[in-house]
Amino acid sequence: MHDFRFCNNALFYGIILLGFILPIRVSGQMAEKIDTTKTYYLKEFVLTQRRINREVVPAQTLSGKQLEQLSVHSVADAIRYFSGVQIKDYGGIGGLKTVNIRSMGTNHVGVFYDGIELGNAQNGTIDLGRFSLDNMEAITLYNGQKSSIFQPAKDYSSAGSVYLQSRTPRFEDGKKYNVKATFKTGSFGTANPAILWEQKLNEKISGSISGEYLYTTGRYKFTYRKEGGYDTTAVRHNGDVNALRMEAGLFGKTKDGNWRTKLYFYNSERGYPGAIVRNKFSNEDRQWDSNFFVQSSLRKSFTERYHLLINGKYAYDYLHYLADPRKDASVTYTNNHYRQQEIYLSAAQMYSIFNCWDISLSTDFQWNKLNADLINFAYPRRYTGLVAIASSFEMEPVKLQASLLGTFTKETTSSTATPASHKPQYTPTVIASYHPWRHIGLDIRAFYKKIFRMPTLNDLYYIMIGNVDLNPEYTTQYDLGITYSKTFSGILQILEIQADGYYNQVRDKIVAMPTSNFFRWTMVNLGKVKIKGIDIAANAGWRFGSRLSIDTRINYTYQKAQDYTSPDDLYYKGQIPYVPWHSGSAVVNAGYKSWELNYSFIYTGERYASRANTEENYILPWYTSDLSLSKNLRWHKTGIRITAEVNNLFNQQYEVVRSYPMPGTNFKLILNVTL
Amino acid sequence: MKRINAQNICNAFLLMLLLLTSCRGDEPVPTPREITVSSGFYLLNEGNKGNNMATLDYFDYTNNTYYLNIYAERNPDIVKELGDVGNDLQIYGSRLYAVINSSNFIEVTDVKTTKHIGTIQIPSCRYIVFHKNKAYVSSYASADGSDLYAKHGYVAQVDTASLQVERIVAVGSQPEEMVIIGDKLYVANSMCVSTGEMDRTVSVIDLNTFTEIKKIDVAANLHRMKVDRYGYIYVSSRGDYYDGKSDLYLINSQTDAVEGPLSIPVNNMCISGDSLYVLSKEFNYITGYAQSVYGIIDTRTHKILTRNFISDGTDLQIDMPYGINVNPISKEILITDAKDFITPGKVYCFSPDGKKKWEKICGEIPSNIAFVLETEQVKD
Repeated sequence: MHDFRFCNNALFYGIILLGFILPIRVSGQMAEKIDTTKTYYLKEFVLTQRRINREVVPAQTLSGKQLEQLSVHSVADAIRYFSGVQIKDYGGIGGLKTVNIRSMGTNHVGVFYDGIELGNAQNGTIDLGRFSLDNMEAITLYNGQKSSIFQPAKDYSSAGSVYLQSRTPRFEDGKKYNVKATFKTGSFGTANPAILWEQKLNEKISGSISGEYLYTTGRYKFTYRKEGGYDTTAVRHNGDVNALRMEAGLFGKTKDGNWRTKLYFYNSERGYPGAIVRNKFSNEDRQWDSNFFVQSSLRKSFTERYHLLINGKYAYDYLHYLADPRKDASVTYTNNHYRQQEIYLSAAQMYSIFNCWDISLSTDFQWNKLNADLINFAYPRRYTGLVAIASSFEMEPVKLQASLLGTFTKETTSSTATPASHKPQYTPTVIASYHPWRHIGLDIRAFYKKIFRMPTLNDLYYIMIGNVDLNPEYTTQYDLGITYSKTFSGILQILEIQADGYYNQVRDKIVAMPTSNFFRWTMVNLGKVKIKGIDIAANAGWRFGSRLSIDTRINYTYQKAQDYTSPDDLYYKGQIPYVPWHSGSAVVNAGYKSWELNYSFIYTGERYASRANTEENYILPWYTSDLSLSKNLRWHKTGIRITAEVNNLFNQQYEVVRSYPMPGTNFKLILNVTL
Repeated sequence: MKRINAQNICNAFLLMLLLLTSCRGDEPVPTPREITVSSGFYLLNEGNKGNNMATLDYFDYTNNTYYLNIYAERNPDIVKELGDVGNDLQIYGSRLYAVINSSNFIEVTDVKTTKHIGTIQIPSCRYIVFHKNKAYVSSYASADGSDLYAKHGYVAQVDTASLQVERIVAVGSQPEEMVIIGDKLYVANSMCVSTGEMDRTVSVIDLNTFTEIKKIDVAANLHRMKVDRYGYIYVSSRGDYYDGKSDLYLINSQTDAVEGPLSIPVNNMCISGDSLYVLSKEFNYITGYAQSVYGIIDTRTHKILTRNFISDGTDLQIDMPYGINVNPISKEILITDAKDFITPGKVYCFSPDGKKKWEKICGEIPSNIAFVLETEQVKD
C-alpha cells in the first residue's frame, strides 16, 4: 500500500546527512587559528559599544545578498529555507502564507517589523506572503526569544519570533543619495515595479521613501492525476492580486543614541481562489485590505551603564470580504468590513551593574479595538500591560540570562456582551550558553521558556462561536544545542553549523468544538501537543581561485509532533496535521566574476492533513528545485543587475494544504538598477 | 584532506540533483475489492468542507464486513472522487443518490455496482426525496437572482430519467428536509444566515402545479422532517441558538394543525414502524458538559417512551451521536458517531433492545445510511 510513497527515503536522508556530517568530521580534525565566535549575528543598529545582541538562542538569518539570490517572492518564501519551520501556503502569489515555528502553531509566532510587533488581535495570524523582499535587509527567526535583554516586553511574549528588518540608509563616502529601481515580471501575468530613494539630509539625519506595486493574474496550470485513474489539468482562477505598498522613514543619529520613524501603507485587492473540490474548480470571493501604521523608536545611552529604548506605534487595519451569490450561486451573501486599531507604547531600560552583569526593566502598553458590521457584534477593546524584568550575566566561558514577563489583560465590550476576564500571567525564561574552549568556535546552549498566547478576539467574541471563558494557550519549550564555526584558509573558507534538539509542549490548545447543535460550534481549551524535534543548519563558504566562490547551506528538520489530547481517542499520539517528520532545504550559490548562479531545493516529507494518520489523509511529499542566474553590469555610476529564474524546475504538481494546488514550473525576470 | 572534503560535498549535491530528476509518481487508485451488493447498507461520510473528503462505505450483511471508501476505487476516472461534503443519501429504484453539498451536485450511481451514472447539478443542494419518478431537492441557493440574502431558497423538481432540473419553486429560508404526502410536499425552512433572521415555517407545495400553497408557522429554525403512517409529520427545530432550544413539533397533515413541542431536543431522527427514534446532544454552556439523548417516541400516542434506548452503557462511549437509521427488517438500530468532526467516526449497531452488537470505524463525519435489501424483504 505504501510503495507509491517516496520510494527511496533512506537514500534521500542519507544524502542529506552526508552533506553535513562529512564536513563536521573532517574539519573537527584540523582545529587551527583563531576564529570568531560569531555565528548568526544580525546586523541591526546597535549603539552602545558593547555587543548586546550576541545570540545564545537558536537564530537563523537570511540577509542582504543571500536574500537577493534566493528565487523568492515574499518573506514567507524565504522562511521556507529555515529549519524547524512549516509554512502553510495556499498557493500562488496572493495565497495566504503563514508560519508555524516548531509545530506550536501560527498563533505562537510573533512577527516584528523594524523592531515592533505586527499585531492582529482579531485572529492572531500574519500573512507573510504580503511582505515583499524588495525593501528587506534581513529576516531573522528566533526560537524562544531574541536573546537580548535590552528590548521591549513584547519581545519576550511569543514562543518564537520572526524579525523583519527593512533597509536602513547607508551611504558610500561622498554620496548623498541612493536610488534603487526594480522591475519584476514573469509567469502568472506578474508585473512588479518598485523604487527606493534614500537621501542624506545632513550628517545626522537621513530619509528614505519606497514604493512598490504588484499586479498578477494569479493564473497557473495545475494537474490532478491518479495513477490508473483520472488525469485533469485546469487553470487556477480568481488568484489575482493588485497591491500597492508605500513606506517612508527618517533615521537620525544623536551623540549617544539614535532614532527612527516609519510610515507604512499597504493597500490591496485580491481574489480568494478557494479549495479545488469535485465539480467546483473556481471561487469568486474577494478581499480588500488596507494597512497603515506609523511607528517610532528612540535609543539613548545616558551613561556607559544606563540605556533607554522607547517605542511607539499606531496601526489601522481594514479588511473587506465579499462573497456574492450573483457570481457564485452556492455562496451565502457575505459583505463584511472589519476595522482594527492598535496603539502601542514601550519603554525598555537597561542598567549595567558590572561589565558582566546587566539588568533590565521593560514596560509596554497596548490597546486594541475591533469593529465589524456583523450582527450582534461584541465590539471588543483590549488593554494589555506587559512588564518584563530580565538579567544577563556574561563571564567567559558562561552566559546566563533570565527573564520574567508579567502580562495583564483587560477587555471591554459593547453593553450587551459580557467581556472576558483574564487572570494576570507570569511566565519565565532561562537561557544559558557555555563556550568550553577559548580558541575553538564551539558553543553549547540551552533554554527553557514558558509562554502563552491570548485567545484572539475572534476566539472570544466571534458571534456564536466565541467563548469568553477561554484560558490562554500555553507552551513550554526546552532546547539544547550547539553551534560551531570555523574559518579556514584553503578551499573551504568558512564553516558554520548549528544543531538543536528540543522538546515542546502545548496545552490548553484552543480548538473548535461542536455544541448541542452541529450548526453551532464553540471554542474550547482542549488540545494537548508534545513535540520532539531536531533542527540542523549548516553553512559553508568555498573559494576556488580568485574568481569562483561557492556558498552552500543545508537545513534539516525532524519533528515528531503528537496529539496527546485524550488517551481514549482512536488517534491518540497521531502526528498533528501538516507537520512532516522530515523536511529540509539546500542552497548552492556560485559567483564567478560578475555572474551568479543559485540553485535551491526544498523538501517536505510525507505528512497527514489530520491527526488521524489514515490513508485518506495522507499527503505526498513534495520537493522543488529553483534555479536562477544573475549578471551584474556597471555603466558609469549605474549598477545593473539582470536575473532570470526558473522555479519548480521539474514541474512538480503538489499541494502544501489539501485542495490548494501549487504552481508548476514558472519563470521570472528581474531588472535591478542602482544609482 | 580538505580537497576530499570538498569533493564529498560536491558529490552529495550531484547525487541529490540526480535524485530530483527522478519522478515522484502519483498516488494510485486503490485496487477495487470484490463486493457483492445484495444485502447491506451504504454509509455516506460528509467529510469537512474544502477537503473533498466525502466518502461512501458499504456494510455487507452476508459476511458482516465493513468496506471503507468504495466509491473512488469503482470510479477511477471520476475527477476528484465523490466530492466535498456529503449531505444526504437515498436509494430510489436501482439507483443510489448522494447529495454532495459543497460540490453543488447529486451523484447518481448504480446501487449494485456503485458505478457512476450521472450527476444532477444544483448549487447548495441539501436533501432529496422521490415521488412518481421525480426527485425533489432542497437548496439554500436563492431562487431569484435579485434575492441577494437568499431569504428564499428553493425546491427543485428533477426528472430521474434525464437527471435534468425541470422546475423550481421558491420556499422559505435555507430549506432542509422534506416529506411527501399524497401530491403535497412539505419542506422545513430554517434561517437566513446572511441576515440572521429565523424562519419559522414549513412550506407546503402542490406537486401538480409546483407552487407554494401554504406556509405553516411552527417554530424557529426547522430542520429534520419525517412522516409516520398515520399522516403526522414530525419536524425538529434547531432553536435560535440563543435562548430557544432544540425541540420537536408535529403537524397533522389532514388539518395542517401544529402540535407540541414534545420537550425533547432533536439533532437527527428516523421512523420505523410506530417508533420515532431521535438523537441529540445538549451542550450546557455553564457546566461545559453535554448530555446525549437517544429517545423513542410512540407515533400512536406521541409519548416519549424513553430518552435513552441504549441499555448496555455504550452511550458513554459515543462522543457525538450524529446519524441514525433502523433496519426495516431486523429492526437493528444504527447510530453514527461523528467524534470531533475532524477524525474518522464510527458506526454502532444496536439490537432492537438497545444492546451493542458491533461497531466499525468509518470515514470523516459519518452521517447518512441507506439500506440495500431484497425488494420482497423491504415491505414493512
